[in-house]
Amino acid sequence: MSRGGFLPIAAVVAALACIPFVTNSNVVLNFLVTALLLTLAGQGWNVLGGYGGQYSFGHAAFFGTGAYATAILQVRYGFNAWPAFAIGIAAGAAVGAIIGVLTFRSGLRGSYFALVTLAFAEVLRIVASVAPITGAGVGTLIKLDLTARAMQFQSRAAFFWMILALVAISLVITRLIEQSRFGAWLVAVRENEDAARALGVDATRVKLGAMTISAAMAAAAGCFYAQYFLFLDAAIAYGPWISVEALLAPIIGGVGTVFGPLLGALMVKTLGEAAKSITGDVPGLDLVVYGLVLILVVGFAPRGVAGVIARCRAWLLPPAKIAREAAHG
Amino acid sequence: MHLSILFPAIINGLLMGAVYALIALGLTLVYGVLHIINFAHGAMLTAALFAAFFLHKLLGIDPYLAIFVLVPAFFALGYGVQRFVIGPAARGNDGNILLVTLGLAVVIENALLFAFRADTRTIDVSYGFAVVPFAGMFLSVPRLVGFAGAVVVALLLWLLLTYTDTGKAIRAVAKEKLGAQLSGINVAHIYAVTFGLGTACVAIAACLLIPTYYVNPHVGNAFVLIAFTTVVLGGMGSIPGALIGGLFVGVVESLCGLYLGESLGQIGIFLMFILVLLFRPSGLMGERA
Repeated sequence: MSRGGFLPIAAVVAALACIPFVTNSNVVLNFLVTALLLTLAGQGWNVLGGYGGQYSFGHAAFFGTGAYATAILQVRYGFNAWPAFAIGIAAGAAVGAIIGVLTFRSGLRGSYFALVTLAFAEVLRIVASVAPITGAGVGTLIKLDLTARAMQFQSRAAFFWMILALVAISLVITRLIEQSRFGAWLVAVRENEDAARALGVDATRVKLGAMTISAAMAAAAGCFYAQYFLFLDAAIAYGPWISVEALLAPIIGGVGTVFGPLLGALMVKTLGEAAKSITGDVPGLDLVVYGLVLILVVGFAPRGVAGVIARCRAWLLPPAKIAREAAHG
Repeated sequence: MHLSILFPAIINGLLMGAVYALIALGLTLVYGVLHIINFAHGAMLTAALFAAFFLHKLLGIDPYLAIFVLVPAFFALGYGVQRFVIGPAARGNDGNILLVTLGLAVVIENALLFAFRADTRTIDVSYGFAVVPFAGMFLSVPRLVGFAGAVVVALLLWLLLTYTDTGKAIRAVAKEKLGAQLSGINVAHIYAVTFGLGTACVAIAACLLIPTYYVNPHVGNAFVLIAFTTVVLGGMGSIPGALIGGLFVGVVESLCGLYLGESLGQIGIFLMFILVLLFRPSGLMGERA
């Protein structure tokens, strides 16, 4: 969409930051928190998949690692929540770097890359579901302690501003990548890896860098999840749901754009809520809708909602201008 | 470890591995021709297991006879999905195909979850627990049937690919798509036929599995990564590779289960999968990826 500087980011973030002053409905704030959580994970996927063209089907590996690291450090090792949060992000980034080194060194691309990321997430899920340190089948519960020191807030608004701040950082990082030489290399690798290599781009290192940043963002989402819901088990932290939603948000919103994941996450969560309100507690229909939307977007709107908006504007603007001129004349 | 435990474990692994091979056969066939990984393969298996389950439950059709109903039905389903959903939506872009098959998997799996809830179901057939004595141990009859069925299907598939016109067209498209198109082969049709054959393999596997296995909306996931492992191990697109890979994976799972316990037996498979992908992505028998 807009290839501008940081002004649009500041405007969008400022507008969102005002919402708690307009409403203090927990339903609205909870919806926005989960949508922003998904935005963050989706922005992670977007950096690697959208700009770098490496489709990961296993971002749960990073999300879950961040979430578990934050929770386990607090519950079992008595860490304060703030450093635990930072270590969680670092741990997720490290897992990303390790998986990146292994896969990109072996030259895995396309389907193979998707497969191997999926397999890593599954291995972690199975390990987490039996390992004693994660609480195995019982799960891990972070003790309730509603103080800012423990990064737990009485009001939803505080949580909302916190995830908004994280999303703002991810938007700025993505814009910086987009404008940097590194970003240009990344896009070159996406468009044609062999040609990029021939021109002297160190494709393996570029992809590795993107994967590390991508994993850090997904891990930050996981850390926040742990703090917000205070409970984790293997199916939540490493479950396929997050891998699917993390790729759904940018693809629906507009893959390889700064605001794509935000737009997509809002759409995905709105659709999910709509499906749930129709079916009540029966699970499944929301994901059916996600899957259908994924197929439709890939088939009919490859640039996502951002692309559709751009196209609509191109259609609508000239006649509108004509109408305005006619009114003035 | 005594041979008296080890030997039955290996035999059981081979019997289970034959069904893995059958599922992998469908996957490798599609990969060999379309050069994409069908992420909806596991969900198709789940759907086929549900179909076999309800044919038995509601109409009293024996699972082995259900093969003759489900194979044409699932061939048609696979043909339609490729021809009218995946093909048009993907517009020839490999990344898009990945995403579309993933979307299909999500839709099928959760539609089944929505319709039938997460309950696990099993069927009762008179021969479910029948055994035959063999070399001092007892082998499950349904599993032996599964083994024989997998071998027969692989043989039929090989005959089809080698001797029929359709088979030759499939191989031609796999080798050189443009060339095949120029010699008058309808590539979109052949793609869909291949996809249909892959889906039909899954339908047969479901019918062979259901007498001794269970069905729930997520059951395909357990098989799909095993099938991926098998296919990668045997070499993407290689039919004998899928057979041998399937048997090998069955034995590895059985032995890991024996030594490490049931839940970690699966980890053995995934680790093997990751190792093979990292160090020999073209597989043990495949051509260069």
